[in-house]
Amino acid sequence: MQEAIQKTVQRTTIPFGPQHPVLPEPVHLKITVEDEIIKEVVPALGFVHRGLEKLIDIRDFHQMIQVVERVCGICSMIHAMCYVHGIEELMKIEVPPRAKYLRVIWSELHRIHSHLLWLGLFADSFGFESVFMQFWRIREKILNIDEATTGNRIIVSVNVVGGVRKDLSQDQMRWILDELDQIEQMTTQLESTLFEDYTVKKRTIGKGLLPSRQAVELGIVGPTLRASGVAQDMRQLGYAAFKELDFEPVTENNCDCWARCRVRYREVLQSIDLIRQAISKIPAGEINVKVKGRPQGEVITRVEQPRGELLYYIKANGSKNLDRLRIRTPTFANIPALFTMLPGMWLSDVPVIVLSIDPCISCTER
Amino acid sequence: MLENVVSVSPDTLAGEIAKTKYEGFRFVTMTCVELDADTAEVIYHFDRDFTLKNFRLKAAKNADIPSISHIFMAAFLAENEIQDMFHLKFKGLIIDFNRTLYFDDNAQTAPLCRYTVSQIKSPEPESIQNSGDV
Repeated sequence: MQEAIQKTVQRTTIPFGPQHPVLPEPVHLKITVEDEIIKEVVPALGFVHRGLEKLIDIRDFHQMIQVVERVCGICSMIHAMCYVHGIEELMKIEVPPRAKYLRVIWSELHRIHSHLLWLGLFADSFGFESVFMQFWRIREKILNIDEATTGNRIIVSVNVVGGVRKDLSQDQMRWILDELDQIEQMTTQLESTLFEDYTVKKRTIGKGLLPSRQAVELGIVGPTLRASGVAQDMRQLGYAAFKELDFEPVTENNCDCWARCRVRYREVLQSIDLIRQAISKIPAGEINVKVKGRPQGEVITRVEQPRGELLYYIKANGSKNLDRLRIRTPTFANIPALFTMLPGMWLSDVPVIVLSIDPCISCTER
Repeated sequence: MLENVVSVSPDTLAGEIAKTKYEGFRFVTMTCVELDADTAEVIYHFDRDFTLKNFRLKAAKNADIPSISHIFMAAFLAENEIQDMFHLKFKGLIIDFNRTLYFDDNAQTAPLCRYTVSQIKSPEPESIQNSGDV
């Protein structure tokens, strides 16, 4: 009888996306199911491709900072930081120590607001709209800090080749520390709701499993990798001023959606700590150096975005325009994780699992 | 500067990549650089303990490049992207979008190529050819 029932179950291919209530950006998945159990998944991209790498033909290497900031709004500062690191390495520019600390402060503010945005969206994906609103309410405080210190809420545009264009006064730093105290308090208040609620556990624990060995084999990066127990974080490279700060990657061992949520939540608190450390150690001095000449040679730079490892390959020939700029974003590396996470899961788990890798298609397609 | 670079040929590529996997490296990404009208360079990036290892492969644009997606499955997206952007062809790709990862079926340009853009006229759809009233 059981055999007869199994024989009658047909495979059906269901399109998921590119427009879906849970997806902030367009990605399309062709999901093959038997009954409601996922058997196969094939991703499709190409809905927001912009060809930003091509702009090196008409924008010079200074102007490209503004272009790479627009690869992704949520982590614009970190894109620009990765790019200027590469140009500075090619031109052998020594950035002033104060500028390195300022880069850490703004990049960690970006990580906090990206993770808070994601925590809200994730709560929304399993229907917890009040938690969504609470996390986004906290995120506003970070955007207020960005606005007060740089003039912009999202694309802060602080990086230049040779340093940063804005400084922080003592008053501003004191105010940031006060705000961070409040942000920490408001975030920890939500911890029990997010991790002990029966419904949240039911929707996230054991869902979208990605064992550590497979995660490494698939080249997965960022919180998605660290939630599988692998302590890999590009901040361990010690770029900017990270080598002078006390820092250990956040890891979890559950390998599921719950663990990915937990890693990002803990990273919010870790970033608050890193900003406090940076403010306590920031040296006085210049914030940028004068830049002469043009870049020449090949370089690869890597930094840790909120979603994981970001890589820039830059090839320059000594002219004002670069020869080649290649951007490998974390979501581009994390898409293959869906091949392991989705098969065997219920169709109703797809939104939660897809969102658990924090997909940024704007970054991916550039 | 780009360090730890090993030159490979299409014949030695698969062996070197398999050895790299055995040594515990993870696949990071691939970069394609157009060198001139006829040749391009593909650079394969791998990482182990925060140290990058790179393989440089020079290839004729009109020749097939062996895919490494059967060794590192994660390479399939990067290879498909290079197919779209540079019109190179990877042989043995495990999921081959056939230059439609980002673009429509009828897109004929290779946007990141400076020197050449192949314009191949698409065949007329049969229905249009056969209908006399168009």
